[in-house]
Amino acid sequence: MPDFTDMAAKNLKIAILSGKGGTGKTLLSVNLASAAADSVYVDCDVEEPNGHLFFKPQWNIEKEISVKIPQVDPNKCDGCKKCVEFCKFNALAYINKNLKIFDDVCHSCGGCSLVCPQGALTERDKAVGTLSVGDSEGVRVLSGMMKTGIASGIPIIKELLTQCGSLEDDRPIFIDCPPGSACIVMESIKDADYCLLAAEPTIFGRHNLEMVWSLVRLFEKPHSVVINKCVDQSDPTDEFCKENRIKILEKIPFDVELGTLNSNGKIAARENTKYRDLFSSLLEKIYREVPHEATVNSER
Amino acid sequence: MKIAIPADEKTLDSTVCQSFGRTPYFLIYDIEAESADFIDNSAASSQGGAGIKAAQSIVDSKVSAILTPRCGQNAAEVLTAAGILIYKTESSSIKESIAAFKEKRLDQLQEIHAGFHGHGG
Repeated sequence: MPDFTDMAAKNLKIAILSGKGGTGKTLLSVNLASAAADSVYVDCDVEEPNGHLFFKPQWNIEKEISVKIPQVDPNKCDGCKKCVEFCKFNALAYINKNLKIFDDVCHSCGGCSLVCPQGALTERDKAVGTLSVGDSEGVRVLSGMMKTGIASGIPIIKELLTQCGSLEDDRPIFIDCPPGSACIVMESIKDADYCLLAAEPTIFGRHNLEMVWSLVRLFEKPHSVVINKCVDQSDPTDEFCKENRIKILEKIPFDVELGTLNSNGKIAARENTKYRDLFSSLLEKIYREVPHEATVNSER
Repeated sequence: MKIAIPADEKTLDSTVCQSFGRTPYFLIYDIEAESADFIDNSAASSQGGAGIKAAQSIVDSKVSAILTPRCGQNAAEVLTAAGILIYKTESSSIKESIAAFKEKRLDQLQEIHAGFHGHGG
């Protein structure tokens, strides 16, 4: 196994994302974190976290995550509707001398409580999910889980990444993002130093890559692509990368053995030297790709 | 009695808008006086919660019923809390919908959809 200790990987945050599910985000994240040996793995796919199925950590810390939701004191509310007018998300309505609050629409900005002249609005905690922290052979595993029926996973992702930032060590951090290119993905990659885009060698895969590629460019993140499940035929994703001069860091072949290990919840890099070498070499390439400036900054 | 209808244009010859929350206008129609008034739907360009905001303005217009092809859950909650009845339009024409309502040919809307919030994230 290559020695990464002298490479500038301190606190490096690598986000792994893709335009659709099933391209290999978790495969890459879990195996890269395992190849790095001393690392942090964060599962930001809070709607359906699955990284823990591979790491099988003993959870040391489990905590509830909540957001602030307004509540009204009907005796103080005089129906001025300032809160209704203020709320950009239209989470409040005033009907028949009653203030109605739509919890799922509320973005917890706290503005309504501030503008209420009567002091009729206060905030209460609403549980939105849980955060779990555990260890698996040197990999610190952080996993967020949204509660059923909750509209947004963003508060959980925020808390996951805040927890990561407060870890008192220099281990590289691998962020397993939710699929797509929506708000929850933006939140997941916001503070990343490097983005690894997982893609498939199909027309659909090419389209999905284009979505996340647009996103990482918008965020001005250094990035490269890993094409997964490659077969020996024309590859629209490869063509797309060449047309747009996007670096392809690795092409992982369509491999029954790798697929079987993965679908049995095994971490290929821990099971088999061949795969450990594959992911170690990919990791080394990532470390070389990360702009020097980013690593210097993270060392300050 | 006053009723409201989501309208694509500010005229009685307009078609009924397919969306409640994001309709450009609402027709407020007084059945007895046969008078029409069009209001802009300020919720049309809302980032979110358009149904709630649109329903609030309908509540504030003091109508007794709304005639609409569809209605989302949050909007229906506001309208129902205010005691406004929701009828399902059968025709795309505003005039025909008013006539059908007057002749009691319209049924109350049964299918309240969960809303189209946050599609795509």
